[in-house]
Amino acid sequence: MSGDVKTDSGLEKILRSGQFAVTGECGPPRGADPDVIREKCKLLKGKADAFNITDNQTSVVRMSSIASAVIMMQEGMEPVMQMVCRDRNRIAIQSDILGGAALGVKNMLCLSGDHQKFGDHPQAKNVFDLDSMQLIQTVRLMRDEGKFLSGEEIKKAPKLFVGAAENPFADPFEIRAPRLAKKVKAGAEFIQTQCIFNMKRFRQWMKDVVDRGLHEKVFILGGVTPFKSFGMARYMAKNVPGMDVPDELLARMKDTPKEKQAEEGIKIAVETIQELKEIKGIAGVHIMAIEWEEKVGEIAEKAGLLPRPSV
Amino acid sequence: MAGSDFEPTIVAFCCHYCAYGAADLAGSMRLQYPANIRIIRLPCSGKVTPIFLLRAFEKGADGVYVAGCMEGDCHFILGNLVAKPRVIYAKRLIAEVGLEPERLEMFNMSAAMGPKFADVAREFTERIRQLGPSPLNKKFQNKKDQAA
Amino acid sequence: MVIGERKPFEEILKTLEGHKKILVLGCGGCVTVCLTGGDDAVRVLSSQLKMSRDKDGNPLEIIEKTVERQCDPEYVEEIHDIVPDVEAVLSLACGAGVQYVAERYAKTPAYPALDTTFVGGSVKEGYYVERCQTCGQCKLAYTGGICPIARCSKSLLNGPCGGSTGGKCEISPEVDCAWQLIIDRLRYLDQMDRYEELADIADWSKNRDGGPRKMIREDFQR
Repeated sequence: MSGDVKTDSGLEKILRSGQFAVTGECGPPRGADPDVIREKCKLLKGKADAFNITDNQTSVVRMSSIASAVIMMQEGMEPVMQMVCRDRNRIAIQSDILGGAALGVKNMLCLSGDHQKFGDHPQAKNVFDLDSMQLIQTVRLMRDEGKFLSGEEIKKAPKLFVGAAENPFADPFEIRAPRLAKKVKAGAEFIQTQCIFNMKRFRQWMKDVVDRGLHEKVFILGGVTPFKSFGMARYMAKNVPGMDVPDELLARMKDTPKEKQAEEGIKIAVETIQELKEIKGIAGVHIMAIEWEEKVGEIAEKAGLLPRPSV
Repeated sequence: MAGSDFEPTIVAFCCHYCAYGAADLAGSMRLQYPANIRIIRLPCSGKVTPIFLLRAFEKGADGVYVAGCMEGDCHFILGNLVAKPRVIYAKRLIAEVGLEPERLEMFNMSAAMGPKFADVAREFTERIRQLGPSPLNKKFQNKKDQAA
Repeated sequence: MVIGERKPFEEILKTLEGHKKILVLGCGGCVTVCLTGGDDAVRVLSSQLKMSRDKDGNPLEIIEKTVERQCDPEYVEEIHDIVPDVEAVLSLACGAGVQYVAERYAKTPAYPALDTTFVGGSVKEGYYVERCQTCGQCKLAYTGGICPIARCSKSLLNGPCGGSTGGKCEISPEVDCAWQLIIDRLRYLDQMDRYEELADIADWSKNRDGGPRKMIREDFQR
């Protein structure tokens, strides 16, 4: 797996060189002001190797992932362009892949996308022409074989490092490792997992993954999200589908005085990263500090992940 | 609206095995109940479908009720439980038309409950008297027009 | 069968504004079975319409009729003698039936009384659920007889997504996760190996996306 680097992605180089990678996340604004992204970039620069730009996350309309990625690149950082299948058919998907690559995007994360029911336009028509696995297959076909889904040749193939997400905590649990195997088979080169709070369950999943030898075929980055408060922890536990927050962790946040909860949340995140570093098959972490970008550096620092290597 | 000259017309769909007997018993017991009730005998309250109830209103009834056996005591085991949701559904249908859903009701009683039959008849008649005539009650509307 | 649900009463009234005499036309097919478009539904809706219009001093004359199927020219022909006497036809058929009436009687407006909702079946009397989206490329052989297109909220062919929790879909705790059902069934059938096969990208040209579809039995063409 450490073999040949296939793209100009810095993230890929770091992962293939065997170094522990760090990715972050940056949500585009609900408006046309590029400075919002620039401000977030200032907080994040140098704190991770690459940063996901979400694509109309939770089905709420935001500035496009491609445009935001370009602004981030202007700030000298490496974006991971997220793309969901909810809003585009295969024509738009392939077109946006070409467009992103032409503008200099080097990484892409393939997602199905949250159902629009949760968003600000629940009456929208969803697309789901492809699903996330088929999106992975599509980018790999375009990159490696230089072909569109139609079979026709691409004049200049897009060179993107291809990732996907996986939620080890969703049901049915028994197919969670087989599902990762499918994503690997489809062509995913790196995986960012859902936020890990239930370490026991995560270890079980990683064991299944390692038993199947999947960690040798794909780079797995463990998802880490710091709680800002007990309220947020409780919200994630109760209201976010596919999120597994164990009671002990909730109790720990609840028992912390309000003014210390943010600090405790960061402490938990750092502990999680330290545990992840020791788990066989983990190639890095993905820190998702939702609307709390200023803390990514602190978490990375405390977890001993800084400074980031230059590539 | 509810002038003193308003005597509501009420249609009662009565199950042969209970309410119809109760009406009979009320008569034998010489219990007073309003003369406004027009009884239609059914083999079972489960015979009622929404169209029965709608037709009664269409023809000008001011109030309609279905009287079936006590729950659990249906002669045909489940008939009254079939009628119950139909009456609730028909309440919605008349509400769509613009009639008060309170103009329609379901009651349960046994054949031995003569006094209950009389009470229901009295109370329901009073309820409808309060609501006033149905806008589809042509007889009353004509009378009013003539008076005016 | 095709499931239809009665439109809001107000909406039906609005489409009939200005008409004094109409034909309320039921369909003896699917919508009779699902209780929304048959003979009984015709009588109930007609009664409601008459009462509502009477109440407003604007009576509506109604002819009631139900034909075997409205999606068949042969049966739509049966109202041939009635149509000239009415100003409009209010059809209680699915969208197909309404269009057959509209096409056959070009000078008389045909209005829908139902919203055609889905292709499905009954759980019990009066309770219907969606089962098929007529995608034109049946995949049930690979998915344990449970359709991911109709029953997964995202129509994922390689599901489930990350939102499947306790057998339920992320959109609502009332909705079963189709992929949980598929996996359970594949396990019973000892076909779990099928789960690890990547599903081919769908050919949506076989679906409505390819334009209006038709099906022709050659041996019936003369």
